[in-house]
Amino acid sequence: MTDSTPHSSHTPATGPAVGQDEWVARHAARGLLPEGPLRRVEERLRVVPWWAWLVLFLATMSLLPVVESSGYVRRVGFDTVLYMLLALGLNIVVGWGGLLDLGYVAFYGIGAYAYAILDSDKFGIHLPTIVAVPLVVVIGAVAGFLVGLPSRRLTGDYLAIVTLFFLQLFQTVMTNGDSAFGHNLTGGPNGILNIDPLHLFGHDLTVQHQGVFAVSYFYVALAFFAVVYVALKFVNASRTGRAWRSLREDPLAAEAMGMPVNWLKLLSFSFGAAVAALTGTLFASLNVSVFPLTFYFVLLITVYTMVILGGSGSQPGVVAGALIISPLLEMLRDPGKSRVIFFAVLVGGIAVAARRSRALGITAAATLAFGFAAHEIARAIDSSWVSGERGGGFAGFVDHWVIHPAQLASWIPPVSYVGLIAATLGVTLLHGHRRLVALVPTLYLAAFVWENVMLSKPEPARYIVLGMILIALMILRPSGLLGERRVEIV
Amino acid sequence: MALLELDGVSLAFGGLRVVDGLDLRVEEGEIVSVIGPNGAGKTTLFNLITGIYRPEAGDIRLDGETIVGLEPHEICCRGISRTFQTLRLFLNMSVKENVMAAAYGHTKAGIFRSMLRTPGMRREEREIEALAEKRLAFFGDRLMGYRWDQPAFSLSYANRRRLEIARATATNPRLLLLDEPAAGMNPAETHEITELIGTLRTEGGYTILVIEHDMHVVEGISDRVVALDHGIKIAEGSFETVATNEKVVEAYLGLNTATTK
Amino acid sequence: MDQFTQLTVDALTLGSVYALIALGYTLVYGVLKLLNFAHGDVFMVGSFIGFGVLQELGGTSNPVVPVWALLVIVTFAAMAGCAALGVVIERFAYRPLRDAPRIAPLISALGVSFFLSNSMQLLFGADPRNYNTFDLSNGALYLKGFDIGNVRVPLLRIITIVSAFVLMIFLWFLVNRTRTGKAMRATSFDREAAAMMGINIDRVIVFTFVLGSALAGAAGVLFALRVPTTVSIGFVSGLKGFTAAVIGGIGSIPGAMAGGLILGFAESYTQGYVSTKWSDLVVFTILIAFMIFRPQGLLGRADIRKV
Repeated sequence: MTDSTPHSSHTPATGPAVGQDEWVARHAARGLLPEGPLRRVEERLRVVPWWAWLVLFLATMSLLPVVESSGYVRRVGFDTVLYMLLALGLNIVVGWGGLLDLGYVAFYGIGAYAYAILDSDKFGIHLPTIVAVPLVVVIGAVAGFLVGLPSRRLTGDYLAIVTLFFLQLFQTVMTNGDSAFGHNLTGGPNGILNIDPLHLFGHDLTVQHQGVFAVSYFYVALAFFAVVYVALKFVNASRTGRAWRSLREDPLAAEAMGMPVNWLKLLSFSFGAAVAALTGTLFASLNVSVFPLTFYFVLLITVYTMVILGGSGSQPGVVAGALIISPLLEMLRDPGKSRVIFFAVLVGGIAVAARRSRALGITAAATLAFGFAAHEIARAIDSSWVSGERGGGFAGFVDHWVIHPAQLASWIPPVSYVGLIAATLGVTLLHGHRRLVALVPTLYLAAFVWENVMLSKPEPARYIVLGMILIALMILRPSGLLGERRVEIV
Repeated sequence: MALLELDGVSLAFGGLRVVDGLDLRVEEGEIVSVIGPNGAGKTTLFNLITGIYRPEAGDIRLDGETIVGLEPHEICCRGISRTFQTLRLFLNMSVKENVMAAAYGHTKAGIFRSMLRTPGMRREEREIEALAEKRLAFFGDRLMGYRWDQPAFSLSYANRRRLEIARATATNPRLLLLDEPAAGMNPAETHEITELIGTLRTEGGYTILVIEHDMHVVEGISDRVVALDHGIKIAEGSFETVATNEKVVEAYLGLNTATTK
Repeated sequence: MDQFTQLTVDALTLGSVYALIALGYTLVYGVLKLLNFAHGDVFMVGSFIGFGVLQELGGTSNPVVPVWALLVIVTFAAMAGCAALGVVIERFAYRPLRDAPRIAPLISALGVSFFLSNSMQLLFGADPRNYNTFDLSNGALYLKGFDIGNVRVPLLRIITIVSAFVLMIFLWFLVNRTRTGKAMRATSFDREAAAMMGINIDRVIVFTFVLGSALAGAAGVLFALRVPTTVSIGFVSGLKGFTAAVIGGIGSIPGAMAGGLILGFAESYTQGYVSTKWSDLVVFTILIAFMIFRPQGLLGRADIRKV
């Protein structure tokens, strides 16, 4: 593509010309939704300024405790806001700076523990909230700075190792901190208890109010979120934000253009850690206690999945990621809801894919038929094969389709699970008709495994889902939902 | 006192002497071309000047002050900027942002003032934006208007080269190092680059050090030409002097041609 | 002095296992420039495969084959199983990302690690699995051995150390004296150039994963012979393994061995002379020190990049 205008350019640029600007032509049409009436709506929505979205979002979120009085739901809402904050913080380091900080949740832990130490019976210190919270944020920033210091010259992989080891170190130190040189500093595996609640505007924010989760923490968390979101957005649009993004693009060129790359890395680490520490104070004050194991690998992967799913580098993206994953993880704890989610995703996924290819719709119908057939055959062979728990409602309905034995021989779970993995991988290797044909028993097997193997053990099951999402994301759509498509020099 | 002075600069990678005892002076306002076959050490020279490599021996001075040992971003802030032989743009950032980013070194709004969007910070942002637009306007209409918000990866090759030059000038340098600015361009674009480099000197006031292979460009722009081969300076002088120098011909075309031409 | 001897034997035992794990990391990194975070979990799976096969053969109290055969079969089974697992992981989680920016396969590896450890937990639960090695031949592996001064070195440890070294020597031979090994080394220097020289890159990479994962499987068995295994050992062992690889010089095979031993010694002496709790801190400090002062590790090549 050459772009040569031999005559001197006095004519003002009138905009992209046909045949001259391929990229613009292609990208004028890009968007999340395909062509159609919905697309016009989407284009209108694009013009809405960001702060309007933020206000709308905050307003909607604020309605949660009003609409839902269940303490459990409010609690999940609060946790989701915490996750949104964590995702924003991680976005600074990974999304803007391009630094793979695998120790990020350690700073969350540092914030939580710092607040716990400063505001509990542990050492008898009870700093007022208005002092404690900013102090913890500073502690977090300093911690981020210190961890960043030996790491600043390191590139991607090495940085990942060092930060991951730091996470492990944090875990060990907190767990063994109950006998550090004869002093009980961190409470060890039993953590720190009886942490003070936040004290704002003359009131202690009590967690329980008449036996129900108090709403005040939720609003405080939302307020923190709003402030952090706006502050970070402003930073991203400033010279520091540009410098961070330049650092992500090409550190050598950034350095050559006058940007102090090592200092910027430190800064991004520090800020990410500060946000995490702030979130830690919310966590500690609400939960009234902190334990080391909370801040470990599982949490790390969870936050990373949120950031990547939403689109690293995009603030609305990572918030969306948190909004999706947090309630999802929570719902997967309950077998009833898990079942619904599974089938909703299955049916929904096929519905979306079937719009593009009718063959997939036929495959869905075939799977349905296949399932019923298999179910009847199984029942004919041995009725105990299908007489598994028959709950009411949706569970009972599903049990007519999925084979649900009363007793599960011990070899069935491993074999069917591994078989499912093999079948799924096999499906990805096939193409065209063969793939669709292979998909039918695979989907049915998936339902079988979900119903019989995974529902009974929600803990590992939901993390398996998380792991799968992460792998699939990296392979299929690394820019996530709202992230920009990136061009990378490898 | 010249703007840039190199005294006996040497660097080796393992057993390979990449630059050996190099002396070089660039006076303010000059346009000096560096030529030589591939592997002669030209880009290494640029890397040494900009602080990416550190010389094992010798000194490099800008305006009389030594810059050896400084970090690359510090050297940039002292007034040396460059483009790269293999383009190194910030591909996923917009055209305008690429140029605005380079203004970092001479601006000062810190992260806290940015978070609060103080009037001072906002004023500086407007200045940075104006500076970027001015630098981009240097290339006519090619990088103007609707182009500002396009990501850099969407630009054509020639436009990318121009953008990189625009970005380099946004650091407000005194000395501009251009590493093969005409590489990969067709004759019309090459002609344009040649004029452009001259204009950079007259309108921008930059002192320019250029690495080039295209002898038409070299002839068209240079006050002086320096020829390198295997890390050593083998000739220096006006274009005619250097182009006909026996050693230079030998380096490019072999001993046979040198002795028979 | 006795404590020193004891700790040194511990160090060698621990270090050999770390070295085997580290070798897997270094092999894959050399060829793919990828830190395979899932490697530690492959190690864990190896220990479980070993356990399963052990049970099938009658367990340690009533083995249906002689002891030495039992150990060999169990180890080979674990090596084979892990090799297969490694091949599958490479094919489906890493190969599609071969030309993606470096961060992509790293994150995919994290996902695989997470997926593996939770899958094992789903299928086999979180309870520890004990090989009960003491039951073999009425404790012969623990009671028999030789003495250094007042310290008895049990047969079990000798087996661990010797097996590890045998495997390492075998690996070194494979990489340095065979054509496939040469292909591996060429690929690790410059993948594109190697491809242009007619080397089948996919096969080389698969072979590398086979080797690395098999070693991890063997390490898993050697580990579980002495300590009960659980589904969660993958993370920490993996972390230690690649710390060892990095300290020794990632991409270098003797480096991985050296790094593993260094790590073993650091941990063992810290646990013995200072306290078990702070050994992680000591190792971390060593890692940081290397990263600052010698990022290419002991025996690694300094990375010179052309600008």
